[in-house]
Amino acid sequence: MNERTIAVDYLARVEGEGALRVRIEHGTAKEVELRIFEPPRFFEALLRGRAATEAPDITARICGICPVAYQMSACHSIEQAYGIHVTGVLRDLRRLLYCGEWIESHALHIYLLHAPDFLGYPDAIRLAHDRPDAVQAGLALKKVGNQILTLLGGREVHPINVRVGGFYRAPSRDELETLRRPLEEASSLAERTVRFAAGLHFPPIEEEYEFVALRHPEEYPLNEGELVSSRGLRIPVTRFEEEFEEVQVPYSHALQAHRRGGGAYLVGPLARYALNRDRLPPRARKLADEVGLEEVVRNPYRSIVVRAIEIVFACEEALRLIDRYSPPAAARVPLPATPSQTRGCAITEAPRGILYHRYDLEPDGRIREAKIVPPTSQNQTRIEEDVRHVVAGAIDRPDAELADACEKAIRNHDPCISCATHFLKLEVERV
Amino acid sequence: MPASPRPRLAVWKFASCDGCQLSLLDCEDELLAVAGEVEISNFVEASSAVAPGPYDLSLVEGSITTEHDRHRIQDVRAQSRHLITIGACATSGGIQALKNFAHLEDFQRAVYARPEYIESLATSTAIADHIKVDFELRGCPINKHQLLEVISAFLHGRRPNVPTDSVCIECKRRGTVCVVVAQGTPCLGPVTQAGCGAICPAYQRGCYGCFGPQDTPNTEAWTRKLRDLGLSPIDVQHVYRTFNAGAKPFRAAGDAAGVREGT
Repeated sequence: MNERTIAVDYLARVEGEGALRVRIEHGTAKEVELRIFEPPRFFEALLRGRAATEAPDITARICGICPVAYQMSACHSIEQAYGIHVTGVLRDLRRLLYCGEWIESHALHIYLLHAPDFLGYPDAIRLAHDRPDAVQAGLALKKVGNQILTLLGGREVHPINVRVGGFYRAPSRDELETLRRPLEEASSLAERTVRFAAGLHFPPIEEEYEFVALRHPEEYPLNEGELVSSRGLRIPVTRFEEEFEEVQVPYSHALQAHRRGGGAYLVGPLARYALNRDRLPPRARKLADEVGLEEVVRNPYRSIVVRAIEIVFACEEALRLIDRYSPPAAARVPLPATPSQTRGCAITEAPRGILYHRYDLEPDGRIREAKIVPPTSQNQTRIEEDVRHVVAGAIDRPDAELADACEKAIRNHDPCISCATHFLKLEVERV
Repeated sequence: MPASPRPRLAVWKFASCDGCQLSLLDCEDELLAVAGEVEISNFVEASSAVAPGPYDLSLVEGSITTEHDRHRIQDVRAQSRHLITIGACATSGGIQALKNFAHLEDFQRAVYARPEYIESLATSTAIADHIKVDFELRGCPINKHQLLEVISAFLHGRRPNVPTDSVCIECKRRGTVCVVVAQGTPCLGPVTQAGCGAICPAYQRGCYGCFGPQDTPNTEAWTRKLRDLGLSPIDVQHVYRTFNAGAKPFRAAGDAAGVREGT
């Protein structure tokens, strides 16, 4: 038999529905198709005619795992169109909320979705039988992320307190103070997480990624910055669509993003870290050094360590923001009656990587056209390349083992298929 | 694995954002205890070990938007002794039900260059429109404490204690000053089912109806009030047409707001 097809029908431990089809001809992976068959929900269509101020709450529903990212990219875009700037304490509160989402989402991925792959378990529940300490640490960390979201956002999933211009209600100092002790505990758990993750066994693989992330003059990027890449791209985010394009492939409901005239690129923790390591707080950098994390990590399996380093950052940043907090005079910057320009766009760093929003508005502030490019659609083509390499290195293994290896290669990137529509079904065809 | 005497739980996803099934993983303090009480037999988002049915309890997230899913939900029902739908997508069609008020082709063209690759029905509908559902848990997203209550009720063979009265009751219980009365803020609290804990008014914001219509909503009277508070007809229509746009009383109220689609 020199023709072989491997199919994974449902990708487990990813958010959403997807599948993978690999066609092997004469011992080489000819076709690798990541199929996202999450039913389309047409957000860009249903936003048309709605008030621009509704975009944060509506687009949050694209993803239950990173709703804050959607709210942030939407707010920044609309604020640009209305010509307002959210600065000072309100900007700090946004960063704090985003830290909560990063902690929650990264802890979920590290302990509940990714760690079982390295330790040989099908899930965290079964992992908890043998390693209750690890799973409990993960749940405790995740809970602290959720505490930030709940206090500042009103609830964990689809927070209600975010609006264009700022918030509905700003917390009192005392309220924020209640987060201090949990965050201090989370901070030490995060350090343990770095050591735990660094101690896992990693297949010796190095990929040639073009990394793309935000870069800010002083901060590790969350809400703002220029868009940079490891191959020398450096542009304001308003030029995103000039440099990147989305293409549709027949086998997937998710659009795939490419560099124009280039190809696949990678967004997310590996990219942020490679392009912003110097913006990490000293403690996070020191920990990275201690566990032997090089300045640029090209092994996708080791993204689990980088996520842990980013939790260390998020805990420190949250504590720093709480330290200097004093309640703002008003919970938001007021919005003018009408937009000052017809277009607004923004990129923020979702846990899984850059999330682009663009809105074209009518003169009265209703949405004429919306464009949303989530991190997972940007990573799709690059994930397919990773899978191609995994197949090449394991071509003689039985289908079931090969399928398992492919799934793991996909989970490295924490794909969120609800965002990009969804995935996971592996079909390997050998010719 | 040896046969387990514990009830077998399955979690299913249709068109949705994953936020409601995430609520189960967000039960950080209770998750391992729940996993001790039930055998989590099929929960793809959390585990790659999938055991075949039948299942004692199925939690279904998401709405029906494709021909494939229309058949799949029948299969899920056939394998499930009890079936509970969780969240606004599953109980009313979700935000994606806004396409029910539009033309599918127009929606497809707005997003995709090649709409012919896309498989989609013209509507997004609640699970109960397709199969018998044993209990519907509301919310966008659901409240995780209510989810635990519902799971526990089914495991013990009793009706879940999930109130169907309005958000106003929760505001009163919480001691929140009414945002409509005190600030003239438009709010859907009087016509919306309780369950969230009346979070929005506590953050000085009007309720936006993410738990869907309460038991006996007087939307006609409330529409007049919303107009008095300064909302235009189309604004009122949009207020009803969000995450539970497909729920009957909200659908009717949105239609009655008297504005044609596209204006």
